[in-house]
Amino acid sequence: MRPDLNIILDWIEPGSRVLDLGCGDGTLLKELERQKQVHGWGVEIDPKRIQACVEAGVNVIEHNLDQGLAPFRNARFETVVLSQTLQAVRRPDQLIEEMLEISGHCIVTFPNFGHWRARIDQGLRGRMPVSEFMPYSWYNTPNIHFCTVKDFEALCRERRIRILDQTVSDRHQQSDSLMRAWPNLLAEIAIYRISR
Amino acid sequence: MPDQIPEDSVGLVTPQRAHFDAPLQLASGRTLPEFELVYETYGTLNADRTNAVLVCHALSGNHHAAGYHSMEDRKPGWWDLCIGPGKPIDTNRFFVVAPNNLGGCHGSTGPNSQNPATGRFYGPDFPMVTTRDWMHAQARLADRLGIERFAAVAGGSLGGMQALQWAVDLPERIAHAVVIAAAPKLSAQNIAFNEVARQAILRDPEFHGGRYLELGSYPKHGLSLARMVGHITYLSDDAMGQKFGRELRNPELTYDYNHQFQVESYLHYQGDVFSERFDANTYLLMTRALDYFDIAKEYDNDLTQAMAQARCKFLLVSFTTDWRFSPARSEEMVQALIAAGRNLSYARIEAAQGHDAFLLSIPRYSELLRSYFTRIAARLPASA
Repeated sequence: MRPDLNIILDWIEPGSRVLDLGCGDGTLLKELERQKQVHGWGVEIDPKRIQACVEAGVNVIEHNLDQGLAPFRNARFETVVLSQTLQAVRRPDQLIEEMLEISGHCIVTFPNFGHWRARIDQGLRGRMPVSEFMPYSWYNTPNIHFCTVKDFEALCRERRIRILDQTVSDRHQQSDSLMRAWPNLLAEIAIYRISR
Repeated sequence: MPDQIPEDSVGLVTPQRAHFDAPLQLASGRTLPEFELVYETYGTLNADRTNAVLVCHALSGNHHAAGYHSMEDRKPGWWDLCIGPGKPIDTNRFFVVAPNNLGGCHGSTGPNSQNPATGRFYGPDFPMVTTRDWMHAQARLADRLGIERFAAVAGGSLGGMQALQWAVDLPERIAHAVVIAAAPKLSAQNIAFNEVARQAILRDPEFHGGRYLELGSYPKHGLSLARMVGHITYLSDDAMGQKFGRELRNPELTYDYNHQFQVESYLHYQGDVFSERFDANTYLLMTRALDYFDIAKEYDNDLTQAMAQARCKFLLVSFTTDWRFSPARSEEMVQALIAAGRNLSYARIEAAQGHDAFLLSIPRYSELLRSYFTRIAARLPASA
């Protein structure tokens, strides 16, 4: 399972209702259902991933997140998750605001563009970073809004969004004290629990 | 006709008939003292009777959903793409029940049946029926077949509305609702098109207030025109454009009102074929049942409250170019179902064919149905 998903699992209340924005093949929701009896709904735009969710028996709604969260506004969710999707939407700030409107407890994870490897790629090699974790080239990437740990925290400060928890990880799901001390330089994945 | 029956076909099928003596109370306040339903079944009901799938037909459909009636049949049943051994609704796993609705014209009691009270054709005296009346009649059939709870109730368009009606009205009797290219109620535009279709029939001099059968006449032109109007709403602008464009039947314009454009010939052909296989009174009834369908009406027009009655899981499907029941109409239901905390999946299928897409072979659509029904089958006791 993707490294950030295990951490998210820990942050979700058993038996709660969860909306997973950009749910992919439904791995997180499936695990949440299995381990925590969570009642979950996923939102996805990619037909292949939607198909995978249906095959896995995960609730999935075809919807473009760039059109906002209006379809979910009348529902009640204990937690709304946005994992590794923030960088792919047109207005990440608006999406986060909307998430906070429909739930008091949101989890956001994203690839940290401040990671030293990304800095070397840009700063020394003069190229856009391409890694095993972010395998796209600049012209075909679905990821259009990269940010760093510092950028995200600055946005939260500006918008008066409370950060309840922050943790970091690399692709092997390792996080040591060095990484926690210098997350912007050493973390590959940043994971936040936020609320208003 | 098939030279030989394809391997994934349910093969040659024979319609069956069930007679019900107990009166059926209808939404209109009237009562049908007795009635008959004609239906087909495919596959085998398992020992604990948990693998039954009810397939509901749309406006002009009937009980012949899959397979062939004879080797001379030109075409198989209307949802043959989807029902058969190894097909999305796999008859190796499921027992499929496909009835003709009450008020229909292909065998179930309807306007062209004999009224036992008078010995004459019912004609215009046949009571108005609604999706709820259909559901109750279908439930009687389920009782007769020993089916307490359907593994799924599925249908497209008006068929999808029946699935929704089952989900809301008889929540204990359905485990899954598959609602395709449907809407929670008709829009003003939908009703307007239906009204034009009805007026075409009602104003045909051969209609005779609905008593045409007794008088040996038939409102062929009216019914044909009704179908032409309907057919336009089943296709997308693009689909029509691709199929016909401005193509002419003859190279030169003739400066008169004969059919010159291919699209005109096509519509007339569709209308003519339809008017020979369908009954005008049934067409009136079916369009009215559509107009009256409004699943939230009894719940303060609150769709979420209506959906909260359901206990089943849902699969909703819409098609991008469907303007009769557009994706937005399905999404109203999706929104209400989420708000009601129901289990559902929803897909908006990219398809050029408009409303008709629900009857056609579209790989993503077929795969989606296949996966959904495979999940349902996986929960059944070891295969039938």
